[in-house]
Amino acid sequence: MSSDTPNPAETPQDKPRTPEGKPDVPEALAHVNPRVDGSELIRFDRVTKRFGDHVVLDDLEFTVASGKHVTLIGPSGSGKTTILRLLMTLLKPDEGTITVGGRYLTHEERNGKLVPAGEKHIREVRKNIGMVFQQFNLFPNMRVLRNITEAPVHVLGLSKEEAEERARELLELVGLTEHVDKYPTQLSGGQQQRVAIARALAMRPQVLLLDEVTSALDPELVAGVLDVLRDIAHTTDITMLCVTHEMNFARDISDDVLMFNEGRVIESGSPEKMFNDPDHPRTREFLSAVL
Amino acid sequence: MTWPLFTEWFLPGVWITVQVTLGSAALALLVSFVIGIARSSRLWIVRFAAGCYFEVFRGTSALVFMLWMAFAFPLMFGWVFVPMAAGVVALGLTYGAYGSEIVRGALQSVPAAQREAGIALSFTRAQRLRRIELPQAWPEMVPPFNNLLIELLKGTALVSVISVADMTFAANLSRLASNESAPAYTLLLVAYFVLAFVLTRGMRLVERRAKAGVGQRPEPRRGLRAARKTNPKADAQSAGGVG
Repeated sequence: MSSDTPNPAETPQDKPRTPEGKPDVPEALAHVNPRVDGSELIRFDRVTKRFGDHVVLDDLEFTVASGKHVTLIGPSGSGKTTILRLLMTLLKPDEGTITVGGRYLTHEERNGKLVPAGEKHIREVRKNIGMVFQQFNLFPNMRVLRNITEAPVHVLGLSKEEAEERARELLELVGLTEHVDKYPTQLSGGQQQRVAIARALAMRPQVLLLDEVTSALDPELVAGVLDVLRDIAHTTDITMLCVTHEMNFARDISDDVLMFNEGRVIESGSPEKMFNDPDHPRTREFLSAVL
Repeated sequence: MTWPLFTEWFLPGVWITVQVTLGSAALALLVSFVIGIARSSRLWIVRFAAGCYFEVFRGTSALVFMLWMAFAFPLMFGWVFVPMAAGVVALGLTYGAYGSEIVRGALQSVPAAQREAGIALSFTRAQRLRRIELPQAWPEMVPPFNNLLIELLKGTALVSVISVADMTFAANLSRLASNESAPAYTLLLVAYFVLAFVLTRGMRLVERRAKAGVGQRPEPRRGLRAARKTNPKADAQSAGGVG
């Protein structure tokens, strides 16, 4: 496991996340998310999503500033994962618009009108977004190295050498250099998830979506994955949207915590405020149940 | 069966059977993938066209289609096939229709999560199909393809009807010449079995390689040779599996 990672116990939120003040940035992350000015990066504008009669997201509005690490908490079925899946364009909103970096994600403007976006437009905007899944979803037909290089080579057009160099740096970051030539089925869940993190980062996304990334792991493997993510959160300015049930982890890495209930944000704030002194009774109830 | 009949007709007939099998298998494989992928297309018109192809060829007899190719097609279009070509095309198109069902089913069995991972990395549809879905579906396809290949081998006997001199044709000839049915047809049965057995063995190899290609450990050998393998070193090697 990545025992050589910096000690996460040392009050990480206090570290400034300006480029100068960053603790030593691992080489592999040096290029991650170059432009961070705190401006709005993600905007959900009156987004509604239904599955049949069930309203999952109800007229949802929220924004995330670039470089922020935002954790979504709330009871299951409250729509947290749906938000990540909408951002990844795995789902389409029924109503409302989503913008990423000022560009519409699911729509495009043609002749001054907003129309559903074409495949090409979606792919273009989507390149800024990476996602790590609960079940890792590595490609079983590719060895570890190729899992990471495949998209940089064939989507971003990197040369094979360049992509492999990038992949090896990332594998070092996640502590898996010795496993480059293995197939995913030969790795433990925790190792697979760390490869999946490296795979997402290899695309150098501005936004990283983490969808309950430790929920499918055996308890003893969770720490290794969270360590890697803490590392990334504390040393880069990559914008993170994180759905997790690991409240300590959320407290560690978040700038903002959004509490969801029945498809709406019912409360948001800094982790200190949210975890220590929430206003909304539903938040208190939820946190007392999970903490 | 007399010796000259055996050497002059039966042995060349075996070779013709092999050629027809391989030729129509290659065509059938191509058709399987084209139609199988088209049947999972997101464009309804493509799905519809491919579905029509599948229904038409599933619903027509390979033998009748072969006769049509050999005898009706020339009259209707003024273009004559070499008999063997007519046989290969008829078998290839027909078995390709069945094969398309295998491809479609195997593609469907690739978990949706793999598609999502492909989308998350911004692959295009074509890239996802080529780099993620087809390579993962392939090991699923090999065992049913093996069955179909054996069916196809046995189906090649139909070409004897349009006077392609395959081994069935030679056996019929021998029966007519010598008036003895038993030896000719017994030999023919055995010959088909041997060819089928060889094909199955070959496909087993393909399957092992396909499984290794997705990081699955191939099933341990269970044949007679496995029992002989008492050398622990060899066991350790085979357990190492995928390299």
